[in-house]
Amino acid sequence: MLMPKPNADVLAKRDALVAGLRRIVADPEGVIDDKDDLRAFECDGLSAYRQLPMIAVLPATVREISDILKYCQAEGVNVVPRGAGTSLSGGALPLADGVLLGLGKFNKILEIDYDNRCVVAQPGVTNLAITDAVKGDGFYYAPDPSSQIACSIGGNVAENSGGVHCLKYGLTTHNLLGIEMVTMDGEIIRLGGKHLDAEGYDLLGVMTGSEGLLGVITEVTVRILRSPEHISAQLIGFPSSEQAGDCVGKIIGAGIIPAGMEMMDRYAIHAAEEFCHAGYPLDVEALLIVELDGPEVEIAHYQTQIDAIAKDCGATVSRISETEEERMTFWAGRKAAFPAVGRISPDYMCMDGTIPRSQLPKVLKRMNELSKQYGLRVANVFHAGDGNLHPLILFDANNPGELEKCEAFGADILKLCVEVGGVLTGEHGVGIEKRDLMGEMFSEEDLKQQQRLKCAFDPDGRLNPGKVFPVLHRCAELGKMHVHNGELPFPDIPRF
Amino acid sequence: MQISKITEEQQIADMLDWALAGKHGLTIQGAGSKAGIGRPVTTEQGLDLSGLTGVEMYEPAELVMKAKAGTKVSEIQSLLRQSEQRLAFDPPDYGPLLGGAAEAGTLGGIFSANLSGAARIKAGSARDHLLGVQGFTGRAQAFQTGSRVMKNVTGYDLCKLVAGSYGTLAIATSLTFKVLPRPEKTRTVLLYDVPLEKAQPIMNRGLSSVHDIAAAAYLPADIAATCDIDYIRGPGKSVLALKIEGPGPSAEFRCTAIREMFEGEGAQEELHGHNSESFWRFVSNASAFAGSERPLWKVSLPPANAATVIAAIRDKAEEADYFLDWGGGLVWVQMPDGLADGGEGLVRGALDGAGHATLIRGSEALRGKIAPFQPQPTAIQKINARIKDGFDPENILNPGRMYEHEDVKVSS
Repeated sequence: MLMPKPNADVLAKRDALVAGLRRIVADPEGVIDDKDDLRAFECDGLSAYRQLPMIAVLPATVREISDILKYCQAEGVNVVPRGAGTSLSGGALPLADGVLLGLGKFNKILEIDYDNRCVVAQPGVTNLAITDAVKGDGFYYAPDPSSQIACSIGGNVAENSGGVHCLKYGLTTHNLLGIEMVTMDGEIIRLGGKHLDAEGYDLLGVMTGSEGLLGVITEVTVRILRSPEHISAQLIGFPSSEQAGDCVGKIIGAGIIPAGMEMMDRYAIHAAEEFCHAGYPLDVEALLIVELDGPEVEIAHYQTQIDAIAKDCGATVSRISETEEERMTFWAGRKAAFPAVGRISPDYMCMDGTIPRSQLPKVLKRMNELSKQYGLRVANVFHAGDGNLHPLILFDANNPGELEKCEAFGADILKLCVEVGGVLTGEHGVGIEKRDLMGEMFSEEDLKQQQRLKCAFDPDGRLNPGKVFPVLHRCAELGKMHVHNGELPFPDIPRF
Repeated sequence: MQISKITEEQQIADMLDWALAGKHGLTIQGAGSKAGIGRPVTTEQGLDLSGLTGVEMYEPAELVMKAKAGTKVSEIQSLLRQSEQRLAFDPPDYGPLLGGAAEAGTLGGIFSANLSGAARIKAGSARDHLLGVQGFTGRAQAFQTGSRVMKNVTGYDLCKLVAGSYGTLAIATSLTFKVLPRPEKTRTVLLYDVPLEKAQPIMNRGLSSVHDIAAAAYLPADIAATCDIDYIRGPGKSVLALKIEGPGPSAEFRCTAIREMFEGEGAQEELHGHNSESFWRFVSNASAFAGSERPLWKVSLPPANAATVIAAIRDKAEEADYFLDWGGGLVWVQMPDGLADGGEGLVRGALDGAGHATLIRGSEALRGKIAPFQPQPTAIQKINARIKDGFDPENILNPGRMYEHEDVKVSS
């Protein structure tokens, strides 16, 4: 993975930069320049790629963040923002000549506002901490990425994180009301608030999922929802993935939007069952977990319909959770699928494409062929309701060349997703992992148009360079325009 | 203004080339049903996209549709209805409100203006349902963003910018969007004679309950009196309405539960099926204010501030009419005639920085004089101007429609 070449002039003035940052950050331990201490920041959740930052700073106030950014802008130094460092796409991978801006000290919930049904939090608060803060009063925050115990809400905004319930409750972008952010030139701005919809251009919308390239988020306002009255999960096993996929389409086609609808293939079922004894059937090729929430009468109504659909699609096993403990057990296996696979293989890489659901049989078949071709095993977990695939490719990094083989296999899977009408990433982000594949999905001009947005926020390209875009264009070059002839076209089309 | 009726994408590309070469502004419109929103655009040449029609893809089981920008929203809705599906954000029809025909609005129009109806509080906004866009930028470049799948974080989500930019950044020619099942039943619980001060707290109690309320509105008595549904107009009282949707047994169960919850808050009634649907259309379309030319403001604010903001406005202009939607998060205010600024100072002053107010209806003179869209702080204006510059460097697309400073080049 090639990163932008470190700037020798910046590296040469490292000591002066450390001193400059120490003048801004009040906490004497808030500027880290010792190699051993910097080690803590060398990678995020995509640990195959590592890089020590030049300097790490841990500001404690928004004013400090603003001053740090202004200073770095003036000194021509790149900045990589980092929340909890759980990104699976390398979004928080440091740069050798960059300042890593850690937001770990911004860990407080600032306001719980039940009158407006929202929570205001600092960006370093974990996703789960928001739900924990309001669950005593019967509320929760809906997006639930599987890293929710550790991942930060600021990071969730930067990545537009999803989770298993987003088919019904939406992604981060649908649950976010406002942010405060600092631009690279140190301006502190507020987008949205406790009200709905943007006025003017939807900057809040584009900040969501912008992967730390547009600004540093310093405060987040999210809406909270009342926890459902009842929740029930159903396990449905099928002799083939095709039948399971067919069942998913028919459930939605019948007008049912379950709270969650997950699918696992045989390999993932076995790994998860061995790991946490969830009671999964082992004689099926595909397993669905269908979760419904609402009043009991609604759940019962839908479960009757789903049972009939499942039977019609050839289900061989169907079990409804009788108790809350049993429901949690059904989920335990799915939620542990990644570590479970991690246990049976020295290394694994988690992919994240989304496909139109009808393409599932084709994609699974082709993936099996690729698995044979590369000689690497693959386990599949799948947010079936919204078509988001998570193939886990198993490999051993100690075998020379195997990481590269795994990367190539992964790239082939993602190209396949695009080929069938899907996308490179559903919820993990582009980061560095899928950066070089962007051309598979976007034309050169479409990528340039996206980078012009980057130029609007960060004209010098100082924030998180080397991520998302395969080619770094200078903003001046992107601004140029070619003008064709000047004749008024179509004299024959109707004019009024 | 000369208006060219577009029937194929290539004509747009050629018109853009022409406009760029001579630095001519272009008025971009669908059916023109929302032309009265925003600052007046004065260009010699216009593009009418209402002839660019047709559904390009519809897969009910995948919950997705793609159609050309000029397709009428009402046509899309009838088509979806055949598969028991719908546009869940309740696209409002402001045609009659702005003195035009009903059901004229196009798909490109509803997404470009990012307009959502009463269901917005639960189902999300138009922009939340927009998955992909194809079209042209003001650089005369074909462009596309997004995709056809629900979950996509590949690159910047430029759909968010297209939504709500009123054709000032790009000309959308095709839009891909999420569709959802139509609920089997809809019911509405009505509470009569609730005073304004108690309206938002009651709606909040409902929305904070487990009963999954899909919409919540409050009409004062004089607004309720303009509705042609007997249960709304008849009693001559204010009406607070809570909408429930779902399969039959569930809707019935929740309806009863909500009525029990609000026993003691005044007389109650229930709207079923057809009445319930037409009531929410009345709310979403702000039909109470159709047939007038008085300045009309759509105010988005923290719901708990609704009563205070209304009181502040009516303190200075007691003839201002209003009603609440979105559980109090949306206040419609119709100002009396005769205010030089159409009530801009009063309405925006009452917000005190929390939320925003859009002039949805006002005379051309008024729209040219005041800021129909909420003015932005300088730091945001600067970013907006650079975004505009990135999409439309010569300012040829709907020049000045949203903000006056679009006309002015801002150097970085």
